[in-house]
Amino acid sequence: MAIVINLPDALLLKNYIAGDEQALATLIKRHQSKIYGFIYSKIADRDVCDDVFQDTFIKVIKTLKSNSYNEEGKFLPWVMRIAHNLVVDHFRRNKKMPMQRETEEYSIFSYMSDTSMNIEGQMITEQVEDDVRRLLEELPADQKEVLVMRMYQDMSFKEIAETTGVSINTALGRMRYALMNLRKVIEKNNIILTN
Amino acid sequence: MAKLYTSEKLATSKMLPKKETIQFLLNYSKALSIMKVGNIKFETIAN
Repeated sequence: MAIVINLPDALLLKNYIAGDEQALATLIKRHQSKIYGFIYSKIADRDVCDDVFQDTFIKVIKTLKSNSYNEEGKFLPWVMRIAHNLVVDHFRRNKKMPMQRETEEYSIFSYMSDTSMNIEGQMITEQVEDDVRRLLEELPADQKEVLVMRMYQDMSFKEIAETTGVSINTALGRMRYALMNLRKVIEKNNIILTN
Repeated sequence: MAKLYTSEKLATSKMLPKKETIQFLLNYSKALSIMKVGNIKFETIAN
């Protein structure tokens, strides 16, 4: 007659950490009902419960395998705490992003749209930017300099004034004239610069 | 008429995870090895 010895959790854990994978199977078999039942009492969805149960034990396995577990005779409460926290995480996630199912009357895409530009929009934008760059060449050098520094190099007027060796007021004035002249050039060339 | 009392409790189905879930966990445990180097942990899953 085979004698079945029920090893205590602490010993099973010790054996598992030492490399005995069967010890894990015994632990899971011993406690699965309590843990799964607890999760199911909070989340009445078998598939989600399986996921939470799985995630719980993945954390348990990782902690044990990395020798981070301190045996204090409280294996089951520890695992239940992990399961509890994962249940809370599940509810938090669901609250932030409730699951929407598409029906005939309602589609999430009537509210959400892809705002990124299609290839036509991208090409138009590139063309517009190219045109602006060409038009800049028609400006006087000092005005072009200020415009390029402000728009393309993101410099402040203080920095522009210091770099070009003029006062801030002069830099501001040059910028103003640059924009006025740019508008004249655009009109003169009958260019459409809108997307 | 005498009331009928049953001494047996009504059977409740035990809530248990799927066999596939348990099997996955056992396989995961067999494949996983963790190495600690200083403060960094390296996880390896052997295929």
